[in-house]
Amino acid sequence: MIWTAILIDGVVYAAWLFIVALGLTLVFGVMKILNVAHGAFYAIGAYAAASLIGVWFAGDRPLVGGYVLLVVASLAVGLVMGTLLERGVLRLVYGRDEVVAALATYAVFLILEDFILLVWGTDPYFAGEPATALGADDWFGLAVSNYDLLLVAVAAVVGLLLWLGLNRTRTGKLLLAVIHDREMSAAFGIDVTLMFTMTFVLGAFLGALGGALTAPKISVAPGIGVEVIVLAFAVVVIGGMGSIPGAVVGALIVGLARAAAVLLLPSVELFVVYAVMTLVLAFRPYGLFARAQARRI
Amino acid sequence: MDRTILGLLAILAAFLAGSLLLPSWAVSLATVALAKALVILGLLVLLRAGLVPFGQALFFALGAYGAGMALREAGSGDVVAGLFAGTAAAASAAVLLGFLMARYREIFFAMLSLAFSMLLYGLLVKNAALGGTDGFNVPAPTFLGWAPSPATARRVLLAVAAALAIGCHAAIHVYLRSTMGRLATAIRDNEIRVEYLGASVQRAIHVKFAIAGTLAGMGGVLTAFSAGHIDPGMSYWTASGEFVFVTVMGGAGSVLAPIAGSFLFEIVRTYAVEYAPQAWQAVVGAVLLVIILVLPGGLWSLFQRRRGTQPP
Repeated sequence: MIWTAILIDGVVYAAWLFIVALGLTLVFGVMKILNVAHGAFYAIGAYAAASLIGVWFAGDRPLVGGYVLLVVASLAVGLVMGTLLERGVLRLVYGRDEVVAALATYAVFLILEDFILLVWGTDPYFAGEPATALGADDWFGLAVSNYDLLLVAVAAVVGLLLWLGLNRTRTGKLLLAVIHDREMSAAFGIDVTLMFTMTFVLGAFLGALGGALTAPKISVAPGIGVEVIVLAFAVVVIGGMGSIPGAVVGALIVGLARAAAVLLLPSVELFVVYAVMTLVLAFRPYGLFARAQARRI
Repeated sequence: MDRTILGLLAILAAFLAGSLLLPSWAVSLATVALAKALVILGLLVLLRAGLVPFGQALFFALGAYGAGMALREAGSGDVVAGLFAGTAAAASAAVLLGFLMARYREIFFAMLSLAFSMLLYGLLVKNAALGGTDGFNVPAPTFLGWAPSPATARRVLLAVAAALAIGCHAAIHVYLRSTMGRLATAIRDNEIRVEYLGASVQRAIHVKFAIAGTLAGMGGVLTAFSAGHIDPGMSYWTASGEFVFVTVMGGAGSVLAPIAGSFLFEIVRTYAVEYAPQAWQAVVGAVLLVIILVLPGGLWSLFQRRRGTQPP
């Protein structure tokens, strides 16, 4: 019984983590930038979705529109914030140290945190309609929210689409070439600048989508971005930075570990996640799915 | 005597005078800035070797909690005892973790260090005996049995912090000019060549990591006494981010940079919180962004360019 609960909770939690971590790992894989501002994209996605849903359901409007709005909100956030940040800030730190790029995104993160407070204030937002409207069903004697199941389905679809997009389309293959060797790709006429912008916008969209999809489940309040970014780091590090299968496995490991801790021994909830991260790093520094790089002389 | 040491002595004299003359709000600002300068100094040692930990708050928090717990146990507020307990806790953790950390580089070094600091955070927030997320209060500082009034104690604490911080800065200055210290730049440029020259990169990094952890612990103890309070936030990733941020802001050119960077940061933050309480993070973030984009070598590069000197 408790094991079923751990499994279900863990998978649902993993689905949410996977969507957020996917954007982070994609940006790192292509651009070699550890994007701390990803947490802000998540938070802005959640706030934008919560506001739009609030307006939508204030009138007597059809339910389906609510789900469309979740996606529309994250698309808008991804496009606007992603383009602004990549073209406005990151462009200036390409070629600099990885740490400098990460610090630049950290600075942007700090600025965006206050931007969120400025726009949405400190009061929490609630936008539960899309989640509550679906109700809950009985699975193995446990009440499981259908919205949670929808979340798992969305995560699977998003992951699959991204994998297909990377491996089965022309643009995706060009992107793989850029990941493999940026300079050689540029020499062959691939527009690396455009690829970077596209990747970053896609990453920002995924972060915002993670936030928007979570908005109906939580009270959207200040500080949600700060929490999610380290968790996403843990997922990405466990799986191997830049690897999509790694993000799946990382999210599942963290999700299940956390669900087990919450249900069996709540006092170690956060500790468990980082204990797993530490263990994986200690035995496989490059993560479970990334290949080790040879040292250059 | 070289100019850096002379500069440090001048700064020490200024602080000792300041501990008598400064208004009380500036006394705590100066103490915290000096305490954090110690953490930044440790990061500078690592940064010279091209290593940037995203979890230095681990040792900062260990120092604070080590001192706080020892003093609570002993029922005293002795600064010297606290400094010993906290610094020893952080130093032994740094030596131990160093065995593992010394094998990591670049982003993996940063991430493992982040993982350790978040581990401690995860432990602290759920520990009811240590106050959980609220933390606990540190007793008013006393000095080897002498218990002055709280206002005087804060001034004495500043003097102690100044003597300690300047002493450490001078020691690190000497260390950076020694063979071991100069190895840092070589390690950053090409580890394998350093190994061919007969030096152990791993041992050099282990030593640097231990130094950085010890300094961060000392900074944590001083911060705890100055703030009078300890909470798990000291170990959170945002605290580590702030340390890295100030290190890069100051630059790695000289041991004077951590003091300058730390002060600038505390002043910017104090004024930003004062005049724009809703947007102080944005102000701090904007300052960082501008410095990263305009001054790649940190604030210190301003001085270097003007005097035309090479970094040591």
